[in-house]
Amino acid sequence: MTQHSFAYLDEQTKRMIRRAILKAVAVPGYQVPFGSREMPLSYGWGTGGVQVTASVIGPTDVLKVIDQGADDTTNAVSIRKFFVRTTAVATTTRTEEATLIQTRHRIPETPLREGQILVLQVPIPEPLRWLEPREAETRKMHALEEYGVMYVRLYEDITRHGRVAQTYEYPVIVNGRYLMRPSPIPKFDNPKLDRSPALMLFGAGREKRIYAVPPWTSVKSLDFEDHPFEVEHWERPCGLCGARGVFLDEIIVDDKGGRLFICSDTDFCSRRRADREAGSGE
Amino acid sequence: MYVAVKGGERAIDNAHRLLAQARRGDPAVPELSLAQIEQQLGLAVDRVMTEGSLYDRELAALAIKQARGDLIEAIFLLRAYRTTLPRLGVSVPVDTDAMVVERRVSAIFKDLPGGQILGPTFDYTHRLLDFDLARPRVEGGAGPEDEVPSAAEAATPRVVDLLDREGLIESEPEEADGTSVGDLTREPLMFPAGRDVRLQSLARGDEGFLLAMGYATQRGYGRNHPFAGEIRHGEVTVTLAPEELGFPIEVGVVTVTECQMVNQFKGSATSPPQFTRGYGLVFGAAERKAMAMALVDRALRGRELGEEAASPTQDEEFVLSHSDNVEASGFVQHLKLPHYVDFQAELVLVRDLRAVHGGATAR
Repeated sequence: MTQHSFAYLDEQTKRMIRRAILKAVAVPGYQVPFGSREMPLSYGWGTGGVQVTASVIGPTDVLKVIDQGADDTTNAVSIRKFFVRTTAVATTTRTEEATLIQTRHRIPETPLREGQILVLQVPIPEPLRWLEPREAETRKMHALEEYGVMYVRLYEDITRHGRVAQTYEYPVIVNGRYLMRPSPIPKFDNPKLDRSPALMLFGAGREKRIYAVPPWTSVKSLDFEDHPFEVEHWERPCGLCGARGVFLDEIIVDDKGGRLFICSDTDFCSRRRADREAGSGE
Repeated sequence: MYVAVKGGERAIDNAHRLLAQARRGDPAVPELSLAQIEQQLGLAVDRVMTEGSLYDRELAALAIKQARGDLIEAIFLLRAYRTTLPRLGVSVPVDTDAMVVERRVSAIFKDLPGGQILGPTFDYTHRLLDFDLARPRVEGGAGPEDEVPSAAEAATPRVVDLLDREGLIESEPEEADGTSVGDLTREPLMFPAGRDVRLQSLARGDEGFLLAMGYATQRGYGRNHPFAGEIRHGEVTVTLAPEELGFPIEVGVVTVTECQMVNQFKGSATSPPQFTRGYGLVFGAAERKAMAMALVDRALRGRELGEEAASPTQDEEFVLSHSDNVEASGFVQHLKLPHYVDFQAELVLVRDLRAVHGGATAR
């Protein structure tokens, strides 16, 4: 029985995926079909993200893996273990130390920097899928830049609810051309995509698509002049670190309606608490 | 409490240990050997090889053991292993006409060259639980495997070829030399798909899904009145013709089941009425799957034959995008992964909307 290659995938497969990534970077927001492989983890668990990470990771990379913003969720632990086993690279929970971050559903609160790569796991890459189930049709709509239906859908929300009732995978236009589904990150994270210094790679394994937002690329959330794009706010700060203006998870602490709101980004939250304790100790 | 919500590394390790225990079951009961699975659960092995796209009985048996008998999980294990294997070459098409036939039935001719050979089939058994099987057989006693007559050795030409000679059935275009065959495990599936990729997709597709889709065509959703022209099961030789050698070499023997459906076709402006084909081919004796595959293959040929696609089985994107059970199982089950970020975003919205709603009705 032979050993697996570095990062599991054989070199030909990595080369094929890198070609797809290069094309995706060259045409921001365009979904590039690629020969997605069957991975030893289940579809829906991040097979696309894992293949992208496996194709760009090198021995000197420092890897961070998060799910729901947290480093210690079971799936993040499992994917981190997979790469430690197959590459032996260094891992970290600190956002700024990582050269490569694989994530599901969040973008870290700590601003990303130039040279970092963020790999997002994508279940359904096609932003028009709920409006048109057929791939042959949606590819045509992208080719013709025919995005009117999406504006109509947002407009219908406004007539019904007085606002756009889309809270995650909120559609964006990348580089003024392609409509893109920013994986299911909450719309709270959409502004972090715009002109980010880091490279954002999106991998959809089951659907066999890769797309990208290169550094410093414009990413605009769809809106209307009289209904500008907004993100959600919480009235209270994080119950553990006191941060404001961050995405909070809600934890039910008892059966009497008690609730605790805490940062979804565990690295951001625990380091703020550590800093505070260090500060008060002096 | 915070850690409890977020789970962690120890939880995964414990889950793996519990799984290993559950797999083994009561240690007082002897452990299954791969040979037992391969020999006595042969149809499970056939299904896992077919939908796992890998012909290796021993590995399939291992996958079934590891998956605790969950065949979709076993298919997944086999696929994840297969994906790491290099492609050494593409065989020349197997010649099922030259099959060493173990079973061969045709529903459209009472008798035909080579005859009807039932072989090992459930078809005419009475489905009564056989309580004799509940006890292990006494070693040395007479068993059902004794005194089995051997199958006929006579040539068994394919029934559709007999029809073809009369021009009653559409001709399959001869394969041009050097035509490459698609492989959806290497290239993403694109629509419209060619028949090569479509058949590959169906061969890998979930038996239950294809059974239901094929069944629906029989019940009027995309009706095209099939006859089971021929079902044959047996061994075929796999031959490679490496370019550098310049001549073909036999590399092995595989057991397959082939189904040729013969379907009505009323003809069109350019072609006279004749029968059309639906094709199914699977590893081992997965006969139900081969028949379902042939029904669905024929239904999906609507575009080529100028038929209106009015039902899901005739819709290539619908069928091919949803037939793969490893993909489907993964995506359905990923719903148990945490989604609390998105759910929180929804909670914030619903609370806001409810506040607006309450305010409006109060006024």
